[in-house]
Amino acid sequence: MNDKPVTLYRHMKDLPSTHLLGSGTAMCSGCGGLEALHEIYDIIGEKSLYVNAAGCMTLLSVYPFTPFRGSWLYTAMASAAAGAQGVRDALDILLEKKQMKADEDMQVVVLSGDGSAYGMGLSATSSAMERNLDFIYICYDNEGYGNTGQQYSGATPHAARTSTSKGSSGFRGFKKDLFSIWAAHKPTYVATVIGSEPVDLARKIEKAMQLKGPRLILALSPCPTGWDYDPQDSVEIGKLAVKTGIWPLKEYVDGKVRHTKLPKQRLSVDEYLKRQGRFNHLYQPDRNDKLINEIQIDVDDYWSEVVE
Amino acid sequence: MNRVLLTGNGAAAWGARLAQAEYIPAFPITPQTEIIETLAQWIDQDKMTARLVTLESEHSMITAAAAAAVTGVRVFSATSSQGLLYAMEMIYTVSGWRAPFVLVNVSRGLASPITLEPDHNDVLAARDSGCLQIHCSTCQEVLDNTLIAYRLAEDPRVRLPVIVNLDGFYLSFTREPVLLPEIESVKNFIGEYNPENMRFRAHEPMSHAVAVLGGAPYSYFRYQTHLAVENGLAVYDELAKEFEQQFGREYGVIENYFADDADYVFVMMDSFATKAKDAVDKLRATGWAIGLLRPRLIRPFPAERFRTLLSGKKAVAVIDQNISMGMGGVLHSELCTALYGQPQTPEIVASFIGGLGGRDITVEEFFEIAKSIRHADEINQTPSPRLLYTETELREIRKLQSLANVKLHGFGETS
Ligand SMILES: Cc1ncc(C[n+]2csc(CCOP(=O)(O)OP(=O)(O)O)c2C)c(N)n1
Ligand code: SF4
Ligand SMILES: [Mg+2]
Repeated sequence: MNDKPVTLYRHMKDLPSTHLLGSGTAMCSGCGGLEALHEIYDIIGEKSLYVNAAGCMTLLSVYPFTPFRGSWLYTAMASAAAGAQGVRDALDILLEKKQMKADEDMQVVVLSGDGSAYGMGLSATSSAMERNLDFIYICYDNEGYGNTGQQYSGATPHAARTSTSKGSSGFRGFKKDLFSIWAAHKPTYVATVIGSEPVDLARKIEKAMQLKGPRLILALSPCPTGWDYDPQDSVEIGKLAVKTGIWPLKEYVDGKVRHTKLPKQRLSVDEYLKRQGRFNHLYQPDRNDKLINEIQIDVDDYWSEVVE
Repeated sequence: MNRVLLTGNGAAAWGARLAQAEYIPAFPITPQTEIIETLAQWIDQDKMTARLVTLESEHSMITAAAAAAVTGVRVFSATSSQGLLYAMEMIYTVSGWRAPFVLVNVSRGLASPITLEPDHNDVLAARDSGCLQIHCSTCQEVLDNTLIAYRLAEDPRVRLPVIVNLDGFYLSFTREPVLLPEIESVKNFIGEYNPENMRFRAHEPMSHAVAVLGGAPYSYFRYQTHLAVENGLAVYDELAKEFEQQFGREYGVIENYFADDADYVFVMMDSFATKAKDAVDKLRATGWAIGLLRPRLIRPFPAERFRTLLSGKKAVAVIDQNISMGMGGVLHSELCTALYGQPQTPEIVASFIGGLGGRDITVEEFFEIAKSIRHADEINQTPSPRLLYTETELREIRKLQSLANVKLHGFGETS
């Protein structure tokens, strides 16, 4: 199992140098979701069809322009996975009947935010997994309903301020574990990624592309607008999410979870939290030791169970 | 051609089979389930080549249906009532995708209270969606119009989803003799689905259903869909003529039952119209100049045809098997809109609501309705809308309420 997988991507210099996804979209500057999508698109390539659910990325394709070289189908907030089902089934029917050449086939990809992936779209996604649908699901997780102004969602972390959790403790709930929810379905592949770790990301997309069946790419997506920080800090914040152990980089294949990056000396969660306005209330006017500790303990507990 | 006994559901399933639907996203709901069970069985027995996929909801089912249609295969689906409402976000969405597929709706009253028997509030909730609607009153019509619906949906002048409606129980579970056309002749009529340039292929990338910014591009697409729905009227005429030439059965946009020489006209949709026909027969036997008009197409609404057919009539009774809360019968409003201010338009267009949740409309009630519009014409005054309900029915309800000791106050009970 621990054999080093064969990969094209070992170093930064191995990553594609030309980029496929067009620029000049309506996304905010410094959007960590778009950063991840750029990197993912370079590897999946243009023989792909993106089935989108309502969210920030819906505004990538605004009539009559699109940054995608391949195809695109916007559906609704709840049913992108069902859209992928319809497209995939239709392509299979056409291939079977030889009404379409094999090289006209495409990788079917769902592109949704966390609001959709963790919540409204989860039932459609779960049933797509039941049917072993051959698709890749990309969730850019900006930890809130970003497009509507960053209200808390099922992916919002404990204590974060959102536009519907502005009290002194921030969001009282806890981030849902979508990775495990997916893994419980025993799909082909589940992976967490982040745009600020492009080599790790590239390898995972590379691996996902070699497999068939339901595959999730869950990308933590630093969001300057919703998380309240300077857009130029997106990469830095992404790196801190990994170094503090808050965003474990891992994958699930063949019934096993493997961490792809073990932060040797984890930084304290402070390093990540204090960089973002959404956690300001944990430091101003006074440091909220109780809540910060809770967050730290949560992360420590997670890693104490990781044995590699 | 083969004569067989089929239920309305069976006829709908045969429509999908003969049209050679390739993809069938499904979800069970009474009284529609028999359709997807029949199709699933045929597929299992290799009598039909298609892929049937059960989604986890009708919302997903309609999404998958339209996604497959815009990828380039022929799609059939079916639902009813709560299912249609659960799918409603997508019913509106996929007409904007200009996705051609056929959806059979087996009408059933909507909750609350939850019930199984038919009325048309379910399908009328899709009225403004951009899907065309064909309403049927016999099993033969269900089969034939499912076939016509494919041509209509796929016609380049239309390119929209088409809903074929039949009433739950009264038609879905009623066996009638149906002439089954040979598959070869149906192939002749329908042909293969040609998605033209509307399909997904790796080397012909397409962005579908993209966002717009602002009212001008939005209006552009909404008007396009509206105009395409309107095209459906002339296209249906053409197709019905072609169908008649090939199969010998005639379908007009509006079924005209003795309305030409009538002074008084009933207007009704779907299978309860057969009850009105019976009343027309009996009334004509006693000397009444009365007839029935039953619109097959509800969307596009055949306004101009109604104007022509009703020109010079003394009085019209619209019997709605639906209720728009706080307004009344939907067909009544639509017909009034079509007729108002037109030359020679009937002065009396009266509204009656009945048949909700499958409540019967008796022949005596039709007689009463006829009398009431004749009287209205004599005194030249339109009666106020009538909710059909008998004293006996109310007495029965009161009896049950008192037996169960139901407390009525506080619920806005109106007597
Ligand atoms: C049925 C439905 N309810 C609500 C909305 C409004 N809405 C549009 S985008 C959005 C947020 C989606 O959140 P997420 O999936 O996290 O994507 P993000 O906006 O963060 O990119 C919401 C609530 C909608 N489009 N459809
Ligand atoms: S709100 Fe956040 S996720 Fe949405 S476009 Fe802006 S930066 Fe990206
Ligand atoms: Mg989000």
